[in-house]
Amino acid sequence: MNVYHHPSEALLLDYSSGALDEGWSIAIATHLALCPTCRQTVRDMEAIGAAFMENIKPTPLSDDSLSIFSTGLSIEPDQHEITVKSKLTRPSPILPEPLRRYVGGDIDQVTWQRLGLGAYQCLIPTSNDQTTVRLLRIPAGKPVPTHSHGGLELTLVLSGAFSDMTGHYGRGDLQEADETLEHQPYASEVEDCVCLAVTDLPLRFSSLAARMVQPFIGI
Amino acid sequence: MEELLIAVAASQDREAFHSLFNYFAPRVKSYLQQKGTSPELAEEAVQEAMLNVWRKAGQFDPQKASASTWIFAIARNTRIDLLRKTIRPELDPNDPSLVPDPSKSAVEIVSASEEAEQIRSSVALLPPEQQEVLRLAFFEDIAHTEIARKLNIPLGTVKSRIRLAVQRIRSEIGEHK
Repeated sequence: MNVYHHPSEALLLDYSSGALDEGWSIAIATHLALCPTCRQTVRDMEAIGAAFMENIKPTPLSDDSLSIFSTGLSIEPDQHEITVKSKLTRPSPILPEPLRRYVGGDIDQVTWQRLGLGAYQCLIPTSNDQTTVRLLRIPAGKPVPTHSHGGLELTLVLSGAFSDMTGHYGRGDLQEADETLEHQPYASEVEDCVCLAVTDLPLRFSSLAARMVQPFIGI
Repeated sequence: MEELLIAVAASQDREAFHSLFNYFAPRVKSYLQQKGTSPELAEEAVQEAMLNVWRKAGQFDPQKASASTWIFAIARNTRIDLLRKTIRPELDPNDPSLVPDPSKSAVEIVSASEEAEQIRSSVALLPPEQQEVLRLAFFEDIAHTEIARKLNIPLGTVKSRIRLAVQRIRSEIGEHK
């Protein structure tokens, strides 16, 4: 599997520093599971963070802090789970971690909610309302109505594919769209396209019809 | 440092942990004390972070990270859990859906601690404006959009500084291979 569309270095840095909010981080961490290249970039960025941490002036701890540990290391370390990777008979899940945990299972466990025009969504709750996180299923060969973005939209393809004027997006590809992009993505003909979409502000649909149903479908 | 972590994982070696604690805890505390965290809260967070180092030592993989990079990641996650009270989504290295790292040829294998050392020296050689952006990201715990506001420069400038810094560090590492 080859990933062609990656998050910007700026977003990977936000994820590495810990500043990226939970909703966006679900998309980035799930992309990382599918993209060894970005995984290496994040490791390099964490090494940069570690270099800064090591170079700052150390702050002494209060006197008793180590003694708490000397007496308190009775806590058993976590048993390192060794997973046997021989379950070859079972196909690997479509939804990688951490997304699978948020959904509560693989793609066959998703409770889809109808959006109209053959499209479905499943909202994924997070610990705050900074972002809206949802799975989207766009029927094969069908478009999402032309829209632009109030803020940032991250779209990660999980199965099938979609295309717009910026390119073709398959499993693992991540599109980072902002106010400057107005697009009409089409799902590829072969199969339905399932993707994870994270937004901070509602999409701006170009057509009046799409705008009119927007309050009811919550996109 | 890597040997100390491995000793903690292998035999719950308390002496090894004390050495790690003495070196890292005061640095983790300085890192956690950024952004106006009170000394009491920072102290609590550093205890929690070091306890996580003890508990999770078995997950440390010296091929993937140096000891300091691994401990940095633990400290960062502890800060998110404890001080920001939110959840950090992380991939699971044992997930069957994970696309594995490409296998490296013998020539390419540089230990993670060696690589971390190279990264540290190449950060010091970056132009000051690129270093500043990275420092704000890691110390002030702010996203790149906030960095742009704080420095009063366009978002595109922040993004390109980050991209150039990453490219530069990559090529530095590449040169040493």
